[in-house]
Amino acid sequence: MENMITLTIDNRAVSVPKGTTVLDAAASIGINIPALCHMDLKGTCVKNSPASCRICVVEVEGRRNLAPSCATLVTEGMVVRTNSARVVKARKTVAELILSDHPNDCLTCPKCNDCELQKLVTRFNIRRMTYKGEQSVRKKEETAAITRNMDKCILCRRCETVCNQVQTVGVLGAVRRGFETTIAPTFDRMFKDTDCTYCGQCVAVCPTGALTERDNTDRLLDDLCNPDKIVIAQPAPAVRVALGEEFGMEPGTIVTGKLATSLRYLGFDYVFDTDFAADLTIMEEGAEILHRLQAYLGGNKGVKLPIMTSCCPAWVNFYEHNYPDLLEYPSSAKSPAQMFGAIAKNYWAQKMGIPREKLVVVSIMPCLAKKYECEREEFSVNGNPDVDYSISTRELARLIKRSNIDFKSLPDTDFDTPMGESSGAGAIFGATGGVMEAALRTVYEVYTGKTLPRLEFTDVRGLDGIKEATIDLNGFQLKVCVAHTLGNARILMDKLRAGELNYHVVEIMACPGGCIGGAGQPYHHGNVEILKARSRAIYREDEGKPIRKSHENPDIKQLYKVYLGEPLGELSEKLLHTHYFDKSIK
Amino acid sequence: MIIDSPAVLESIRQEALKALSVREESNKATSAEAAGLQKGTPHMQILCCGGTGCKASESAKIVENFKESLQAHGIADKVDVVVPGCFGFCEKGPIVKIVPDNTFYTSVRPGDVEEIVTSHIIEGNKVERLLYQDPGTGEHISDSKHMNFYRKQLRIALRNCGFINPEDIREYIARDGYKALAESLNRDSLDVLADIKASGLRGRGGAGFPTGVKWEIARKFDAPDKYVVCNADEGDPGAFMDRSIMEGDPNSVIEAMMICGYCINAHHGLIYIRAEYPLAVHRLQVAIAQATEYGLLGKNILGTGFDFDIEIRYGAGAFVCGEETALIHSMEGKRGEPTLKPPFPAEAGYFGRPTNVNNVETLANVPVILTKGPQWFASIGTEKSKGTKVFALAGKINNVGLIEVPMGTTLREIIYDIGGGVKGGKKFKAVQTGGPSGGCLTEKHLDIPIDYESLAAAGSMMGSGGMIVMDEDDCMVSVAKFFLEFTVDESCGKCTPCRIGNRRMLEILDKITQGRGTMEDLDTLENLAKVIKDTALCGLGQTSPNPVLSTLANFREEYEEHVRDHVCRAHKCKALLTYSIDPDLCKGCSACARGCPAEAIAGEVRKPFVINPEKCIRCGMCLSRCKFGAIKVI
Amino acid sequence: MKVSCEALRQVEAICRKFGNDSGELISILHECQNTLGYLPEEVQRVIARELGIPASKVYGVVTFYSFFSMVPKGKYPVSVCLGTACYVRGSDKVLEEFKRVLGIEVGETTPDGKFSLDCLRCVGACGLAPVATIGEKVYGRLNPSDIKKIIAEFED
Repeated sequence: MENMITLTIDNRAVSVPKGTTVLDAAASIGINIPALCHMDLKGTCVKNSPASCRICVVEVEGRRNLAPSCATLVTEGMVVRTNSARVVKARKTVAELILSDHPNDCLTCPKCNDCELQKLVTRFNIRRMTYKGEQSVRKKEETAAITRNMDKCILCRRCETVCNQVQTVGVLGAVRRGFETTIAPTFDRMFKDTDCTYCGQCVAVCPTGALTERDNTDRLLDDLCNPDKIVIAQPAPAVRVALGEEFGMEPGTIVTGKLATSLRYLGFDYVFDTDFAADLTIMEEGAEILHRLQAYLGGNKGVKLPIMTSCCPAWVNFYEHNYPDLLEYPSSAKSPAQMFGAIAKNYWAQKMGIPREKLVVVSIMPCLAKKYECEREEFSVNGNPDVDYSISTRELARLIKRSNIDFKSLPDTDFDTPMGESSGAGAIFGATGGVMEAALRTVYEVYTGKTLPRLEFTDVRGLDGIKEATIDLNGFQLKVCVAHTLGNARILMDKLRAGELNYHVVEIMACPGGCIGGAGQPYHHGNVEILKARSRAIYREDEGKPIRKSHENPDIKQLYKVYLGEPLGELSEKLLHTHYFDKSIK
Repeated sequence: MIIDSPAVLESIRQEALKALSVREESNKATSAEAAGLQKGTPHMQILCCGGTGCKASESAKIVENFKESLQAHGIADKVDVVVPGCFGFCEKGPIVKIVPDNTFYTSVRPGDVEEIVTSHIIEGNKVERLLYQDPGTGEHISDSKHMNFYRKQLRIALRNCGFINPEDIREYIARDGYKALAESLNRDSLDVLADIKASGLRGRGGAGFPTGVKWEIARKFDAPDKYVVCNADEGDPGAFMDRSIMEGDPNSVIEAMMICGYCINAHHGLIYIRAEYPLAVHRLQVAIAQATEYGLLGKNILGTGFDFDIEIRYGAGAFVCGEETALIHSMEGKRGEPTLKPPFPAEAGYFGRPTNVNNVETLANVPVILTKGPQWFASIGTEKSKGTKVFALAGKINNVGLIEVPMGTTLREIIYDIGGGVKGGKKFKAVQTGGPSGGCLTEKHLDIPIDYESLAAAGSMMGSGGMIVMDEDDCMVSVAKFFLEFTVDESCGKCTPCRIGNRRMLEILDKITQGRGTMEDLDTLENLAKVIKDTALCGLGQTSPNPVLSTLANFREEYEEHVRDHVCRAHKCKALLTYSIDPDLCKGCSACARGCPAEAIAGEVRKPFVINPEKCIRCGMCLSRCKFGAIKVI
Repeated sequence: MKVSCEALRQVEAICRKFGNDSGELISILHECQNTLGYLPEEVQRVIARELGIPASKVYGVVTFYSFFSMVPKGKYPVSVCLGTACYVRGSDKVLEEFKRVLGIEVGETTPDGKFSLDCLRCVGACGLAPVATIGEKVYGRLNPSDIKKIIAEFED
């Protein structure tokens, strides 16, 4: 074949397509070259390849120096050695150098056992600190969402790449040079003084403990042990397709039943489901979509279209910081987690006779921005937040392990009622395109009065950065668009600002793949197959549900009947909708 | 006036030659006899160096004084004051040269001007005291051609430096300037490229890649926008070859960039120059403006339909930007961090467009190769290294300056014949070539012929052309440390080996100079140096261990003395010095004790004093206060 | 220290002169520093906004290149050459003496704002080594004992 290249790696011939790196060519025949700074989530836009850590160096015949396999492309007849004495020694020395500028506190590091540097040290059989010298002292910070300890930074630049190239948030960047180089937020400020959206993708890709989540597990344990508190849980859709990975289960294993059981075993008084609130979101947002569409079709020129989803807290932060002139476009609907909090602390607490101060609502999220969202003032009543705080999928896994629960052998149980029942539409919120698909299922039926012939809107599924579809609503062509990553969001928003965005509804999720790729999920360590497996699981979860449309969820119907009245009604507006702020840095 | 054809160019050349003829003729003749207006010399010229070095010694004031004096004497119409670029003999600057008698005055002060005008220009008597005095014979030498400093030089890249007024494009044209361009544009570009290849010219920036081959590769990549970049980011500390060329002969660089553009089918030129070189920037700006005014830059050059423009981009103080990928990123407005090659700039350079990067000195050779023919150029030098090389000779040497010698000249010839030997009669110890990427060579290397291969084989490299001579007072561990400090300071910080590895090496060197090193440290240093060479991302990192490796190889005993005996034979490493008082010489005056900031000296008046080594901070105060030479330093 | 609105207008004008082209960032920074003497945060923010790039990028570039400064330089900026030629001729001692006489470290400015001290690598006047520059003026063949006298030239 013309586009195939044949080369020799460790005395073995291999043929790979032109443009393949030596690293990938080696992997294709089972030679696993160690790498560190490199990360390539193939099929997404997440790619970091600065060739700077020099861990993956190999010997290429005819070249004077060792070559970084992550960025060296194969050439015809190339002869590569990945394990010669020269290579192995150089690699170890480079790792020892990295260690010499890294705190030696693995035992208490939040990344212990999940650290890519630690894995290399074990793999290279490093048993002592060969090089000693001055260590970098850099900034530390704990925000609502992200903990930053740049002493542990190895300058792989992955965070810089995702923050700039993928998310276009442009907060993290290299500062100064040489040994003084640091990756820092703008002007060496704290995250809170920058345009940081807390999407946490920097955390998701950080190989070491430099960027980690703000840990709320001790706080949760205290509350669970407190007899004066009623603690209730709401896990997000994407948690149940990823949590199993933390316990050695195959990526994509659905652990919904075990999740509910484990939360009970941990001591939660009630275990509800954010999926329920996702259905509620569709009711409100769907109504808003219909409302704006009807106004538009009725000839109202002032109506703001496209309407944009507002479930993703990092996306909300993003447009508040960058597009304060366009705050009227996103739906005013709160995120499912916050809707859940509002219903729990008003409707449910009243019904159960629980005083607001006594009730602790904890969300279990694939997300770090949710931690920040919980602290938004507008989501609290007299300083008491609707959702008290959020823990990530990873934190939950740690708590389960710490509480002596053998997750894999847990029996399945159901969520509690009334806020535990959900439709398949709520379940798919966890994948990019899911909110759109869920909304379409409802909007179609409400608008046309007809039953959908086929529930799946496959055009809006998958990992493409920007997807679009046109849906025929009784002759009206509804044009929708789905984007994930904030970089793609920026493309759309810039078009909107320029008056060139011709859609009616747009869904945006900040993380690659949607919430399944959220920054609170088990680390993917650069393996895109994990994200794909989670995504498939989300849609399997949907298929397995008896009810697959939000407006058919009986508990939702009941909630409107006994409490809320109707979508966009007075009480709904008060509890389930919000407003946005201009947070641009002047 | 627009030069729109070779014929117009030739007519301008003829016209401009008149102003130059006095200089041209005097350059050929050797005249011991001074000229002078009263002796009947009809026209004279005063060439007063306008290079950075001489300007720092008030050469601008000298020029001003000359003009005033000539006015005052009413002879301004008979005597021109010309400000050319660097003459090269910076040691004795400011240089003033009088033609037609080719008198070379050195170390001229503004106060000397009146005497030169009255006694030499008017009366025809040379000012003896300002002539160069041969340190060997004590003889005054009037004509620079007879000075050892110039005798062994062959000036090709520097052909116009110190000769023409760099701010007058006509003087460049008079010296066959833009002739190579005019001829090239009327030839098949492949033939021109073949000439460059045949000449054997190699990159003068350091690595020595064949220039013609580089152009050939760049030519292969087709794109609507291609770029010719002149790398004028001369960051090597102690090197000023490129600066002198740009200050003294900026048009040669511009002409060469256009020829390159014609060969590789590029129409845009960019010059990336250090912001620390304001004079060179100015001269380039003037040259670009004049070339544009004459139609030698712009559209339809010389009526051939070839278009070319040049813009200047500025560095901002980062040595790593001499590396071509870092340079390109810097020109794009980014941090100057190198990226992996391939892809080479020839394929994806400035904003992803095919880009050819050449250094200043490389380019300065191009026009003359084409006017004199590739065979002429290839006849100079050694088998693999053709032509000449410019060196900035500095350090502990008598004749600091800018020199150009044929490849194959030995270090000994440069240091002793041209450089006049080690300053102050001290003993030669080492010569450092190639700057922070190069190595320290010793006595035993003095007879190797200088070319790319032999310098590399000796553990150094050609580099851009810095050549620093060191004497017995220089500590080689400290020198290695000096260069490593530079690299650590200038490392971009991107790759691990350079960012952390060099830092660790520096810390080990520091330990050794503090007297806290171990023999194991020497092995660690060597191992680390080898891994850094093997794994660093860019040329800066890969060559940064050279000063350490070469001093370890050539001066290992000095390292061992520091470690084993805690002795620095050059008395440079403060921590290793021991101050003591010779009881036989000490008069007991107590001056040392009173001046000691650490109260480390005690004794009774009129009896020998004693230094307490525990308290001594080795500041040297006692040494400077003792009138009897009783303080000993080991 | 607050940058005046007028100064920020000048920064905008400089950006526009370069066509708000982010590829010209370094030229823009040079010109802004030439005009204002330094590149404080507010100036970098204006540049970022004008060029449509994140402020973190501008900051990353400013901190990468030793030529750019975020603090005002002294009225008389002193730079001591630490190039090799100057080093072997004793520039380290010259630098020490400048530090002692001015009472500041490298990168600092005297409290009265008169002098700032920096190092540079080679002005190309190696024949005059060791060399220092104060403003535009080059001082060559320096001896530590000259420093006090040189500084005194600038006392008014």
